[in-house]
Amino acid sequence: MIDDTQRENKIRNNTWYAGIIAAIPIVIGYLPIGFAFGVIANKANISIANILGMSLLVYAGSSQLIAVGMIAAEGTPMGVVFTTFIVNLRHLLMSAALSPYLKNWRKSRLALFAFQLTDESFALHSARFSSGRIQVADAFTINVTAHFAWMMGSLLGAIAGHLVRDIKPWALDYTLPALFIALLVVQINSKVELLVALIAGLSSLILRSSGYLGWNIITAAVIAATIGLGIELWTKRSSS
Amino acid sequence: MDQTIILLTTLGMSVVTYLPRALPMLFLPDRHVSPVVKTWLKLVPVAILTALLVPSLILVDERISLRWDNLFLWAAVPTAYIAWRTRSLLITLLFGMGIVALARLFIPL
Repeated sequence: MIDDTQRENKIRNNTWYAGIIAAIPIVIGYLPIGFAFGVIANKANISIANILGMSLLVYAGSSQLIAVGMIAAEGTPMGVVFTTFIVNLRHLLMSAALSPYLKNWRKSRLALFAFQLTDESFALHSARFSSGRIQVADAFTINVTAHFAWMMGSLLGAIAGHLVRDIKPWALDYTLPALFIALLVVQINSKVELLVALIAGLSSLILRSSGYLGWNIITAAVIAATIGLGIELWTKRSSS
Repeated sequence: MDQTIILLTTLGMSVVTYLPRALPMLFLPDRHVSPVVKTWLKLVPVAILTALLVPSLILVDERISLRWDNLFLWAAVPTAYIAWRTRSLLITLLFGMGIVALARLFIPL
């Protein structure tokens, strides 16, 4: 069996495009979702410059879609900013989870890298870092490629949205779930991790369906990781 | 909303989005992180991923659906199997999209 790590090592020798290749699954996910954002934002009477600006400066899919919905519904700027803050607070955990791998990076480099931290880039980086692939150039190439795809998707949606009626026949709405399934499967390597996944999924579902939209991800992740930590500490103690 | 106000709103959004992305990364690595925190942080990626994924598979229009016509949920089973066998993101992604596209083409939902 040949996996992504081996495939990459084969093409590793002096290739600047290894990061671009690694980012292809995210690109396939971001183009249609960015497109959908562009279409919706255009319908909410947001100018093309502002649509591109939001995809450049905010670069966080679900919060951008929520913001556009609020702008279309005549929400206040403060309300939009506050909601964005709540919805994107989950990046706090992602940033913390990647930090042990980035000890040797300069602050300026970290500050730049953090700007392009999304659910998807985080998922890809955490899978790569934990398998020992911590090349700076690749990490940045992945980020820039993914961000570029997000902006291109948004732009195309904003200017050509009226040409495409439905993305469903192409299953483009399944790209991100499928990508997360793949990234999850390669990262579950122990019984504790499997249990953490089950608890996180279930609590996120329960929280969200009882109305805690926005908070559900960060809360569920903290609960599940803490229970997992408890189990790890307990099994370590009882085995020593 | 006026386009200038939208731009200002965007700037506000970018600040409140950037800070949680950057602060832990910038200020955690300096101090010595205890092994307990390290173990906890190692469990976070899997926890976040499933917290993001599960609602997108099970909620249809914000309601829990375990019915046979919840295509996203049932397509996840063979997709996860392919991910486990191939360990390839791209193959899994294309396979998952293929399953959903084919099901929509041949099964009237």
